[in-house]
Amino acid sequence: MNKACSGQISARVVSERKEMNCGIHGVSFSSSATPSERRLSALARHLISPSESCSCSASGVSASITSSDVGSVFSHVARAPEDPILGVTVAYNKDSSPVKLNLGVGAYRTEEGKPLVLNVVRKAEQQLVNNRSRVKEYLPIVGLAEFNKLSAKLIFGVDSPCIRDNRVTTVQCLSGTGSLRVGGEFLTRHYHQRIIYIPVPTWGNHPKVFTLAGLSVKSYRYYDPITRGLDFKGLLEDLDSAPSGAIVLLHACAHNPTGVDPSIQQWEQIRQMIRSKGLLPFFDSAYQGFASGNLDKDAQSVRMFVADGGECIVAQSFAKNMGLYGERVGALSIVCKTADVAGKVESQLKLVIRPMYSNPPIHGASIVAAILRDRTLYDEWTIELKAMADRIISMRHQLFNALRDRDTPGDWSHIIKQIGMFTFTGLNVRQVSFMTREYHIYMTADGRISMAGLSSSTVSHLADAIHAAVTHVA
Amino acid sequence: MASSMLSLASASASASASASLSLQENLKGKVKLGSVHFASCLPGKTNSIIKANHFGRISMSVALNASRFEGIAMAPPDPILGVSEAFRADTDEKKLNLGVGAYRTEELHPYVLKVVKKAEQLMLERGENKEYLPIEGLAAFNKATAELLLGADNPVIKESRIATVQGLSGTGSLRLAAALIERYFPGSKVLISSPTWGNHKNIFNDAGVPWSEYRYYDPKTVGLDFEGMIADIKAAPDGSFILLHGCAHNPTGIDPTPEQWEKIADVIHEKNHVAFFDVAYQGFASGSLDEDASSVRLFAARGMELIVAQSYSKNLGLYAERIGAINVVCSSAEAASRVKSQLKRLARPMYSNPPVHGARVVANVVGDPALFGEWKAEMEMMAGRIKNVRQKLYDSLMAKDKSGKDWSFILKQIGMFSFTGLNKAQSDNMTDKWHVYMTKDGRISLAGLSLAKCEYLADAIMDSYHNVS
Repeated sequence: MNKACSGQISARVVSERKEMNCGIHGVSFSSSATPSERRLSALARHLISPSESCSCSASGVSASITSSDVGSVFSHVARAPEDPILGVTVAYNKDSSPVKLNLGVGAYRTEEGKPLVLNVVRKAEQQLVNNRSRVKEYLPIVGLAEFNKLSAKLIFGVDSPCIRDNRVTTVQCLSGTGSLRVGGEFLTRHYHQRIIYIPVPTWGNHPKVFTLAGLSVKSYRYYDPITRGLDFKGLLEDLDSAPSGAIVLLHACAHNPTGVDPSIQQWEQIRQMIRSKGLLPFFDSAYQGFASGNLDKDAQSVRMFVADGGECIVAQSFAKNMGLYGERVGALSIVCKTADVAGKVESQLKLVIRPMYSNPPIHGASIVAAILRDRTLYDEWTIELKAMADRIISMRHQLFNALRDRDTPGDWSHIIKQIGMFTFTGLNVRQVSFMTREYHIYMTADGRISMAGLSSSTVSHLADAIHAAVTHVA
Repeated sequence: MASSMLSLASASASASASASLSLQENLKGKVKLGSVHFASCLPGKTNSIIKANHFGRISMSVALNASRFEGIAMAPPDPILGVSEAFRADTDEKKLNLGVGAYRTEELHPYVLKVVKKAEQLMLERGENKEYLPIEGLAAFNKATAELLLGADNPVIKESRIATVQGLSGTGSLRLAAALIERYFPGSKVLISSPTWGNHKNIFNDAGVPWSEYRYYDPKTVGLDFEGMIADIKAAPDGSFILLHGCAHNPTGIDPTPEQWEKIADVIHEKNHVAFFDVAYQGFASGSLDEDASSVRLFAARGMELIVAQSYSKNLGLYAERIGAINVVCSSAEAASRVKSQLKRLARPMYSNPPVHGARVVANVVGDPALFGEWKAEMEMMAGRIKNVRQKLYDSLMAKDKSGKDWSFILKQIGMFSFTGLNKAQSDNMTDKWHVYMTKDGRISLAGLSLAKCEYLADAIMDSYHNVS
């Protein structure tokens, strides 16, 4: 029986394949089994007792074959586990406690704990709906032209040399994820180096996006759990030992999940390291304006890499800073040496996009363009953006003060040093479990909390929970 | 080489446009992508590109002078979408865009359905939020779309045997299915019709799914090569995926008859193939949602497992909103649930979750009986206009053409497109001489034709067919 289990199995679907490859009473087959062979095996499995069933079935994720699966070509498709971040909200929803707190969600909440649609967004949408000449024709493959130009100006600055020299190509994509994926696919096809370095830790979806895009994912040190800050020495060492030309993923600001950003001086050293090694910087900019409250400040890191005349890639998301989460608005920019190269790069980006979804959705991009192009709306936006950023910073201070007032053991200054939506508390998995069980606080197991989910009225409950966790749970 | 690199470096130091141009010219043909590192040619050189306010340090790290992407070739324009680009560039007043399949009114204007405007107004008044949808999309949309496809009373739906995931219109839904096939049926082939929509092969290529063609269009009859189709489906390895157009075949407009669908289902069943439907025109082809779904329902009624990609681009005019769905009909609810979980796992690293706007529009239109009724009426109107245009074009051709050629295929074909039978040279003549824009395979989009222009088009077709080879 086990002979068949060691047959050729594609690495990607090992857990699912194992079940199918189990030979039973001579009915053994490789991963290229025909549907009738698969059905035969499904049938055969019904006839053997549980004790005889293959010992190599994948742990936890194999499907239990029921009689109704007989004849399904999908019987070998295992159940995928629930997304870990979304699972937090699922658990939160099930809890009936009146004091429950959802600090898992990476979406802004008001003081009242409600989702927020910005006033400027509502105004822009009203304008769109009222516009009688508005049509819903396919956008070009690269998206809404005006949106692309304005997005580039937003991240690079209105008088950025790369815009002036026409050597940046910007294409509308599906928010940050879509921009990262399209960028990754482009690099796999057209760049000589297939390795991308991502920081430890990083957003959970990063490795999957780049792996499926065809890149090989390696990591560089980033977070130092002892200081709860940046492991700068480790970062530089790891970039130094990266092969020449390797791609480096950088969080433009408000690192997710740690909230730990390099200082401007550290950014300069990172830039020098990257340029001297000929590495290719790939920025993920998901929080411009949302981190500090200032759009230019939050774009400084990116702009440094344009000012030095070099090339870089930037994935932009408007999910958080414009509150357009579900509209999936983002842009991928590739800053090239010359306009000629940028033109060719753009033409190849179209070949990546067309077989993926043909062209991007118009609604969110139209809203962004309406806001960015209109001086009044733009100014209103910056005010609303600053208000969101300020509320989060205020929550940081309130939480820090509350822990200080309770004399909670430990140094909690990282709460106010870290920036952006998330705080990496430094709490361990046992402490996190404790907080969920005893205080109905929902957060991801890595100790990350979303400050956006806190309000003045709930800070003390969280502080109580942290205090109890730190003093009672090792 | 090193000295020319040094001069290039100083040339690039002044970031003016002309310097960039000379840099560009200098780089052309001289620099190879990637493997050469120029920073080592310039040790210790102050890079004046870095402005003084960056701490005035002498920088050891000079940005590479060559583009890493220098060796990239300019990609050709998309054969279908590129047609509209060329049309826009044409200044001749007689020009006619019969390229992309987007509906036009008789005045040749784009059309936003009234029900869509009403739904959007309602959505705005309700002030709904813009939170992330779940990875699988809007639940109300997924329910509505499956019911539209199969009928709300369909046992497949009652038994929860369908996995539905909101996708980025037809393309995005096809891509998710292709990714599922690549991962769970590695080595299995997809068979696509010859000809088919130009983007199908790109989708399967990029997803890493092998494909081959089955005979479909018979140029001699300008109809279906049914025997060829059946033979090729039979010859394919067992367990292949057969891509079928649910109705209004693109680009030919030629659909199998109900009897032929039965036979196609027979051979698919016999070979343990999986039928994979692309449904982009439900309601738009005949004017009736149910009639246009009859092929899919026929297969489902036989208890066959199916994959069905849907699009609301044409039938609800939501082209740019990118709203569609991928459906997998399974033999059990449990299988459907597992398949859905894996579709989600493919969507997450592609775009995380789908756009909410188009999904809400569909859900609102379908969910409100009044709006739903109005939608059906608008769809009948659109389909009706296209049928009228077909008739007028046919009449014009028959009146002008004394050669005895039978143009009735124009009336027999269905949907937005007509396969004229014109070859590439003849299609080029259509564009070059007559400013009629179409795809090189001889496909014209009747949705872009008005009654007023039928005579002109008939002249163009006559000239191209008879005078160009």
